[in-house]
Amino acid sequence: MSVNLKELSLKQETLASGHRLCAGCGIGTIVRMLTHACDYPLVVANATGCCEVSTTVYPYTAWRSSWIHNAFENASATISGVEAAYKSLRRQGKLDQEFRFMAIGGDGGTFDIGIQSLSGALERGHRFVYVCYDNEAYMNTGIQRSSATPLGANTTTSPVGKVIPGKSRNRKNLTEIVVGHRIPYIAQASPSNWRDLIRKARKAFETDGPAFLNILQPCVPGWRYEPNQSIELARRAVETCYWPLYEVENGEYKVNYQPKVKLPLTEFIKDQGRFSHLLRPANAEVLAALQANIDREWELLLKRAGVAPKEAQPAATT
Amino acid sequence: MATKTANRIAVTGNAGVAQAMRQIRPDVVAAYPITPQSDVVEEFSTFVAEGTVPTEFLPVESEHSALSACVGASAAGARVMTATSSQGLAYMWEVLYIAAGNRCPIVMINVNRALSAPINIHCDHSDSMGTLHSGWIQLYCKNAQEGYDSTIMAVRIAEHPDIQLPVMVCYDGFIVSHGITSLEMVDDEEVASFIGTRKPPYSLLDAEHPISMGNLAFTDYYMEVKRQQAEAMRHAPRVIQEVQEEFGKLTGRHYGMFETYRLDDADFVLVALNSTASTSEIVVDELRGKGVKAGILRPRVMRPFPWQEIAQALSRASAVAVLDRAQSPGGNGGPLAIEVRSALYELERRPRMINGIYGLGGRDILMSDIRSVYDRLQKLAEGRGPSEFEFYLGVRGD
Ligand SMILES: Cc1ncc(C[n+]2csc(CCOP(=O)(O)OP(=O)(O)O)c2C)c(N)n1
Ligand code: SF4
Ligand SMILES: [Mg+2]
Repeated sequence: MSVNLKELSLKQETLASGHRLCAGCGIGTIVRMLTHACDYPLVVANATGCCEVSTTVYPYTAWRSSWIHNAFENASATISGVEAAYKSLRRQGKLDQEFRFMAIGGDGGTFDIGIQSLSGALERGHRFVYVCYDNEAYMNTGIQRSSATPLGANTTTSPVGKVIPGKSRNRKNLTEIVVGHRIPYIAQASPSNWRDLIRKARKAFETDGPAFLNILQPCVPGWRYEPNQSIELARRAVETCYWPLYEVENGEYKVNYQPKVKLPLTEFIKDQGRFSHLLRPANAEVLAALQANIDREWELLLKRAGVAPKEAQPAATT
Repeated sequence: MATKTANRIAVTGNAGVAQAMRQIRPDVVAAYPITPQSDVVEEFSTFVAEGTVPTEFLPVESEHSALSACVGASAAGARVMTATSSQGLAYMWEVLYIAAGNRCPIVMINVNRALSAPINIHCDHSDSMGTLHSGWIQLYCKNAQEGYDSTIMAVRIAEHPDIQLPVMVCYDGFIVSHGITSLEMVDDEEVASFIGTRKPPYSLLDAEHPISMGNLAFTDYYMEVKRQQAEAMRHAPRVIQEVQEEFGKLTGRHYGMFETYRLDDADFVLVALNSTASTSEIVVDELRGKGVKAGILRPRVMRPFPWQEIAQALSRASAVAVLDRAQSPGGNGGPLAIEVRSALYELERRPRMINGIYGLGGRDILMSDIRSVYDRLQKLAEGRGPSEFEFYLGVRGD
């Protein structure tokens, strides 16, 4: 499955320009990659969040595919209904055309309020691709913490104060929760590694059953960086193993990318305003704890995939 | 009244409604169990398992997802049904408004049951009364026959091109849902030709004409969308009556926006929903035997509420008691009383009115309770007796 840039450039864009995502927002890039990977007419169910509000301000829409927004927590249930209608109408000979189905939501709509709906739809085995664009907070409502927000991050509901230095809990590993559902295809991807992302999206759309993609999405005002740095930050997330690229196909783990030298986490966080306080000596412990969490998750992943670490790792931070 | 299609069976209200669902053959059903609705879904699952219906059945993980999936399926052009009760309906609340706002002609059975707390599985009307403002058409049924008939008619009403709104069919938990009565079914083929097939004006599964549904509408457009939704509801009385007339011709069973019993010359009128209205007829007959001009008005359609017609029908009464099987604590009476009292406002000469709260959490309503209500009405008309507007029936310490 080679990914050919020339071929992709000839495809019609499903997401038209003129949407109202922030300059530099990773969502537009990710959605374009995803929709390029689908060769069938697509129905998209979009959870409430930045992607939804920025692409469909009535009476306009940026979507050239069929698209539905229902509520914040129910994109998976909504796409279940669409897919069920599709199956039923096809079975009864009321519909000929073949479709593919995608639900897309932010980390809030997936890790938090939408996890029940997601879990139910995965268990019922609908043929759909669930995409979480993970920008690690509730961005649309003003950068509040979610269970995907990393330890120490400064958000409007985990603010940095004299007593508490940002979020006090580690982020949840949603991809692993999805693995527990034993669905055929699960992957983590990053827009920095676009070939890998598109290949995974293709696999997901070809899966005859539920597939899940967790995609890191840099957010300019939420992470606080220059708008031209989105893809660079996504790349550093991969190079520090903050966001490992891997897939779980029928229960088999495969790490898709192992950095030659695993960069210290500071390389990822140093240009982000949400982490700036972690570079102060007073918060060294928080930074160390965050690094320890990343290291631990990475080791666990390598173990699950049966891969040996590439080489002795450089000392964590500072 | 027997018709050429007469087909009598003895069933519970829920089993009767499940039969209606079998005959409707919805493309998609998504539901979650809750007492006293469960056996509607259980029974329907067996039709799916036996291959009797072509339905794609989604045994979802919650009512929120049940209605969410219904919205998705309906937007995809399917004919869609669900069923719930009480906490389940409350859990759907957010999506009720979305189903109506997105103009999804979903048909939902709601078996009326009390809301927590305290938790209670028995009948009252707090669940569906709490959703009066959600934009759904609401039909209230006195017995299994009406539940069965209304379920079939609801499909036609919901999908009518001038309407495109969801419809809720309500009947009393246990009293109707679990009581076995005789029910006359319509032939399968006649149901099929009565409801026809759904012809959605647009669908998510039309690749040539992709749509976006559920967009963000700000201050500049939101109100136009909601105004159009209200317009659809304004067409509903006409459509409901057309569908009911056609159904009457087919079955010999005629329904109106509300039902009356010995109302024409009544001085003392009881207004109540569902089974209570029909069982109170005995008391009316008894009072009539004693020369008391008692009557009953039973609203059948709560949305759209036929307020002008109801006001007219009550205009010559001297006193009216609205019985509410639900509360609106701190409100201007129970939910039904609020509707009826405001309907009467337009009348030049208004009857006196009181509001009895009864039957919460399945508390029995006795013949003696109904007699006591008529007694209050008589005293009220004579200018004596308790003057309070709202009172509780059959409760300790009152
Ligand atoms: C039931 C419900 N609760 C809260 C909200 C308010 N709300 C809308 S979007 C959102 C956060 C979305 O966060 P996420 O899913 O991470 O998407 P993002 O905004 O980051 O794109 C919240 C809290 C809502 N719309 N519905
Ligand atoms: S706030 Fe963040 S996620 Fe939302 S549109 Fe802007 S960059 Fe994208
Ligand atoms: Mg987010």
